[in-house]
Amino acid sequence: MENRPLEYDYTVAKMFMFTTIVLGIVGMLIGVILAFQLAYPGVNLILGEGLAEYTNFSRLRPLHTDAVIFGFTLSGVFATWYYVGQRVLKVSMAESKFLMALGKIHFWLYLVVVAAVVVSLFAGVTTSKEYAEFEWPIDIGVVVVWVIFGMSIFGLIGIRREKSLYISVWYYIATFLGIAMLYLFNNMAIPTMLGTSAVGESGIGAWYHSVSMYAGTNDALVQWWYGHNAVAFGFTVPIVAMIYYFLPKESGQAIYSYKLSLLSFWGLMFVYLWAGGHHLLYSTVPDWMQTMGSIFSVILILPSWGSAINMLLTMKGEWQQVASSPLIKFMILGSTFYMFSTLEGPIQAIKSVNAIAHFTDWIVGHVHDGVLGWVGFMIMASLYHMAPRVFKREIYSKSLMAAQFWIQTLGVVLYFTSMWIAGITQGMMWRAHDEFGNLAYSFIDTVTVLHPYYTIRGIGGLLYLVGFLMFAYNIYKTMSARPVEERELQNASPMGA
Amino acid sequence: MFHWLEKHPFFFAVGVFVTIAFAGLVEILPNFAQASRPVIGTAPYSTLELAGRHVYIKNSCNACHSQLVRPFKSETDRYGHYSLSGEYAYDRPFLWGSKRTGPDLMRVGNYRTTDWHENHMKDPASVVPGSIMPAYKWMFTNKADIDTAYAEQLTVAQYFSVPYNQPVPMKDGSSVVVKMGGSVAEANAIALEEAKLIAADMRDQDVKDAVARGEIPEIVALIAYMNSLK
Repeated sequence: MENRPLEYDYTVAKMFMFTTIVLGIVGMLIGVILAFQLAYPGVNLILGEGLAEYTNFSRLRPLHTDAVIFGFTLSGVFATWYYVGQRVLKVSMAESKFLMALGKIHFWLYLVVVAAVVVSLFAGVTTSKEYAEFEWPIDIGVVVVWVIFGMSIFGLIGIRREKSLYISVWYYIATFLGIAMLYLFNNMAIPTMLGTSAVGESGIGAWYHSVSMYAGTNDALVQWWYGHNAVAFGFTVPIVAMIYYFLPKESGQAIYSYKLSLLSFWGLMFVYLWAGGHHLLYSTVPDWMQTMGSIFSVILILPSWGSAINMLLTMKGEWQQVASSPLIKFMILGSTFYMFSTLEGPIQAIKSVNAIAHFTDWIVGHVHDGVLGWVGFMIMASLYHMAPRVFKREIYSKSLMAAQFWIQTLGVVLYFTSMWIAGITQGMMWRAHDEFGNLAYSFIDTVTVLHPYYTIRGIGGLLYLVGFLMFAYNIYKTMSARPVEERELQNASPMGA
Repeated sequence: MFHWLEKHPFFFAVGVFVTIAFAGLVEILPNFAQASRPVIGTAPYSTLELAGRHVYIKNSCNACHSQLVRPFKSETDRYGHYSLSGEYAYDRPFLWGSKRTGPDLMRVGNYRTTDWHENHMKDPASVVPGSIMPAYKWMFTNKADIDTAYAEQLTVAQYFSVPYNQPVPMKDGSSVVVKMGGSVAEANAIALEEAKLIAADMRDQDVKDAVARGEIPEIVALIAYMNSLK
């Protein structure tokens, strides 16, 4: 081994790349179905009257959010960790039988939990807490998978050759710690099994049922502390980890500023969790908390834009790459969507704006310009960068990649513009009064008026899905082609060869 | 300092964790120190209502309907008095929702009737022309899970001192007692009595027959829950 460059072992990374793509297709397909169900309610009966219970909007909706968050995104996070981790720590997973086994257990257990989630949500077994719908048996599975992920991270760090932790590793560590804390506290519940056996009865009702430890306002507080920060530590932090590694690697440019990355990292860690309160403006949580949520959301612009600007400036003097490389296009537009989305969020968190925006489709639009434009683009870009190195083959088609880029960009733009108009229309109509002080519209008026926007949204989502299928095809053709790369491609930064 | 942290992963992780956890400590703990206290007029859910709440959750009704009236004239005009924290004291989990594809349901019991709900769940567009809500026909045949509702009652009475079988003060100075059965059989009997009152106001003959046979379809429980939202 002494005089040869390190060979990295991508077995686990490949496995998670596979689930990223498959669960991405599933999550996005369900999303498109949901979008058309809102525009054309007949789509609820897509598999006929008999299966309506399972194809209904209400059953598919949590399945869509969870498939995208915990299926597509999280798989992407795991896939990139098992790729990036080895490379920036300068150690191969093959060097440790233990870590290799742990990685594989991580993958298979993850699959088991995903399967359990799908079955339980179709069956209507849910706690109703958004992005934390799973009942306690599945929660325990999630915690086990997460602990294994943590062991994987710290295990690899433990045997590293590179002494200093690269920026991406900071973000992966934060992802692990943040989600661990949030998930545990939000999902605290008492299984009714325990409750009934404590009073001398047992075997009453559904064995998997539980009661939240928190009631009413407190429950809402913990839920949105979790809900907002699941976005932070699932959709922001690990995706920043990806761009800090993949953009410099792909472009051959060093990160613009180390100081800016320090500032934005610690700033993000400190500020993000305060902002959860902005989901509860005008609710029954104490006023000071609502104000804190609102103010800190605005402050959050600083660390978010810090990382985004750091990325954009990394391309300083190399902007021709954006024109020539579709992969750089994905990353740069992703960063731009990140800036855009982290400006839009704080605006929606301002109390007077929130009064209109809350409960409307504008919020849905906000989520999707972030997830489609930032998270989706970055994960696909990361996988595109990894594919030639992992499979030792050139990407099958660069022009297909470019076509995909434009189709998906159009999809995202259609999505968020239609949802902006829908949301603001809805919010304004709800509050409209006539000259006598009576409500100007009945609720159903505010629903029927949205039909064209819902249709446009559906088309936008469909375009994005088509682009994703092109991505999947491109990766598949890359995988199955004849190997052309004799060795791994070597680039300069980050952290040298 | 940061260079040093970047070479010592353990201390780095501790630093990150403390920084993340700080906001939670400041924002969340103070409210938790105060237990949720019900406002006068808020009673715990009866067995049937709780079973209906489970049907509501099972079908993710909260994905489209909120249960939170904000303190704006337009909302109080449309839905009634704005929400108070103590009204949610027995809500585990809370069901405020985050999106209003349909209207708020916080006080729907004040302005919708049993047969309205019945028609609405069978064919939403028949009572609200233009509605994009899908039908929920299976609720008319699926059986409500009374046993699980009873298990939940036992649990919350045990761990969270929810006052079942005790007088609960009402706004007019009177008090009500929400009964919880002493056994599964008794709980089912109490729920069935309540179900009969609901079914009497319904039109669906199959549902009426089922209740007469001693069975409780999901729709009956759901309507009991809807009617309790006031």
